[in-house]
Amino acid sequence: MADETTTAAAPEAVESPESANEEPQKPIDPDFEPEIIVFGCHYCAYAAADLAGSMRLQYPTNIRMIKLPCTGKLEIIHLLKALEAGADGVYAAGCLEGECHYLKGNLWARKRVEYTKKLLEEMGMEPERVEMFNMSSADGPLFAQRANEFTERIKRLGPSPVKQAKKAPAAKEGTPA
Amino acid sequence: MITAERKPFEEILELLEGKEKVLVAGCETCVAVCLTGGEKEAEILAAELSIKAKEDGRTLDVDHISAIRQCEWEYLDAIAEKVEQYPVVISMACGIGIQSMAERFPEKLVLPAVNTNMLGMPQEHAVWIERCGACGDCVLGVTGGICPIVRCSKSLLNGPCGGSHDGLCEVTGPNKEEIPCAWQLIHDKLIAQGRQDLLMKVTPPKDWSKSNSGGPRTMVKEEAKPV
Amino acid sequence: MSDNGLKAGSNLERMFAAGHFVVTGECGPPKSADYDIVAEKAKALASCTDAVNITDNQTAVVRIASMAAGYIAAQNGAEPIMQMTCRDRNRLAMQADILGANALGVYNILCLTGDHISFGNHPTAKGVHDIDSVNLIRMYKDMRDAKIFQCGEEMPVAPKLYIGCAENPFGDPFEFRTLRLKKKIEAGADFVQTQCIFNVPKFKKWMEMVRAEGLHQEIKIMAGITPIKGAGMARYMQKFVPGIDVPQEIVERIAAKEKGAPQQEEGKKLGAEMIKDLAEVEGVHGVHIMAVEWEPAVPEIAEMAGLLPRPKLS
Repeated sequence: MADETTTAAAPEAVESPESANEEPQKPIDPDFEPEIIVFGCHYCAYAAADLAGSMRLQYPTNIRMIKLPCTGKLEIIHLLKALEAGADGVYAAGCLEGECHYLKGNLWARKRVEYTKKLLEEMGMEPERVEMFNMSSADGPLFAQRANEFTERIKRLGPSPVKQAKKAPAAKEGTPA
Repeated sequence: MITAERKPFEEILELLEGKEKVLVAGCETCVAVCLTGGEKEAEILAAELSIKAKEDGRTLDVDHISAIRQCEWEYLDAIAEKVEQYPVVISMACGIGIQSMAERFPEKLVLPAVNTNMLGMPQEHAVWIERCGACGDCVLGVTGGICPIVRCSKSLLNGPCGGSHDGLCEVTGPNKEEIPCAWQLIHDKLIAQGRQDLLMKVTPPKDWSKSNSGGPRTMVKEEAKPV
Repeated sequence: MSDNGLKAGSNLERMFAAGHFVVTGECGPPKSADYDIVAEKAKALASCTDAVNITDNQTAVVRIASMAAGYIAAQNGAEPIMQMTCRDRNRLAMQADILGANALGVYNILCLTGDHISFGNHPTAKGVHDIDSVNLIRMYKDMRDAKIFQCGEEMPVAPKLYIGCAENPFGDPFEFRTLRLKKKIEAGADFVQTQCIFNVPKFKKWMEMVRAEGLHQEIKIMAGITPIKGAGMARYMQKFVPGIDVPQEIVERIAAKEKGAPQQEEGKKLGAEMIKDLAEVEGVHGVHIMAVEWEPAVPEIAEMAGLLPRPKLS
């Protein structure tokens, strides 16, 4: 899922994680700026983000990173709470498999993310809104690339159904959201 | 321990249809140990219900709580204040806990969020295997400590049947898992113990009246009743 | 006991008593209220067998009740062996049914555990398994000989029963299979029909163990034979039917013939050869031919095996 090879839909999104044969999506709303929560591991993703910054690599401002001592600390409820609060997408960024500072924390995180995808399916939400990525602390460019890809993915999915519903009653009553 | 599995989300939604104020109640004993209905899982279900309600544009006031043991009055008292605020409680405890909750709070609508499934043993982390049928008339003493009532698919007291092959039962489990033939295990164990004479004894028909065929059971310890 | 020293006086029992090599067949009742199907199958088997098993919701699939189908078989000239599984009835129903069957003239009973309910067409039903087949045998023996119900209450008119059981020489644990037969004999079984035999050497080894225990002198042993209709069936049984042991050379022998009639002919020939072979084994008192949905093949196989005509007892 996280590392599937893909075909580009747009020339600049060379490594878009969406597969080419996916059903045609609704048109992308150019004004939609997704809110994305990243649970980043202190030992890899967080350091990789720093590196991306010092390398002056561009990545979207849509992501908000929460630092964890290890993605093994990530609980299913954290992913759900982010979505409940209106995040359009959530992903965990942990160390390369086999290189977890705590041996298996990133593997546990992957299982929890996979399980959460199932929960999203039963709730009628796109499971692609949660994801697990792996990278090393030296992967500044990969950090930026994943952030770009995931933001593209969420833009294509559109706003979270939670958020849409939140806005809907407000609009009905004619008050600003 | 008692094990349970969460009901499908769809079924939970059906049970809660039209309800606007719901408390998800976990239990910190058996269902918490089997990772189905402890506080963690109660919180997850509450979040799921909340997200689903938001998606659907419904109003839902949902929260969660967990009792140390839902099947005991004292521990229900400890969560009473919270329970009192909700007309509907969806319980993640075993069937005993759910009924205790309903009995302690008769004015509440108490619904089940799990299916209680067995008296199982944690064989390894996250794997439980049925071990006891609570039949009220234990035969483990003559079966090498292996229960033929729940571990033999046909509850044979004088097995094995003709379907035993290579140590396996002819039946495949509900999750397509292979089931060891209980009578092969009993046979091997009794021989290893030097008690093969037991294999030649016919165990007479079981007294199912000691199980729930005799009606719901009550156990009283007179010596321990309060004076 | 009956006056003549017989337990039930059925043709099956009398054939054994007269020292004949006994032949039984098998009739699976239909999945509908169709009298004629049972009658036809019974007529087809009546002339070439001494008694006919009437299966009891075979493979856990609902069919005409074995008691009713057994009665129909009797009306059409075939002596029934009513099968009774522990899967569908508790001890009350088992006793009630045997009293009813006996009152209708069904005397032979085969006591079985039964295929598991998950194999059939009602996999969500509750499997009963109140008592097991060993206790079922004991219960019927006590009804017949001691005139008592399982609870100990007496009855004025006891059923006349010739009690059978099944054993699978190819089930595991292998060496316990003879001992389990011994338990069934001690419980009261008069005859045993084995699971269908394809691996003859293994069966002969089992019979050696049976003779070593002297069991062949205590019970009438009928070797189970299932004629193979084609290579596909042989392969299916080899791979998917638990407790059935089909050696590769048998599959190859059938597969060597052309599909259809030539394979069927080979299957019948093989069945007849096996019967002749098994009849020579010391302690084998008869054959039980289970031609599953292939009843018309039975007369031919019996003919080829030299079992016809069946002796008529006066």
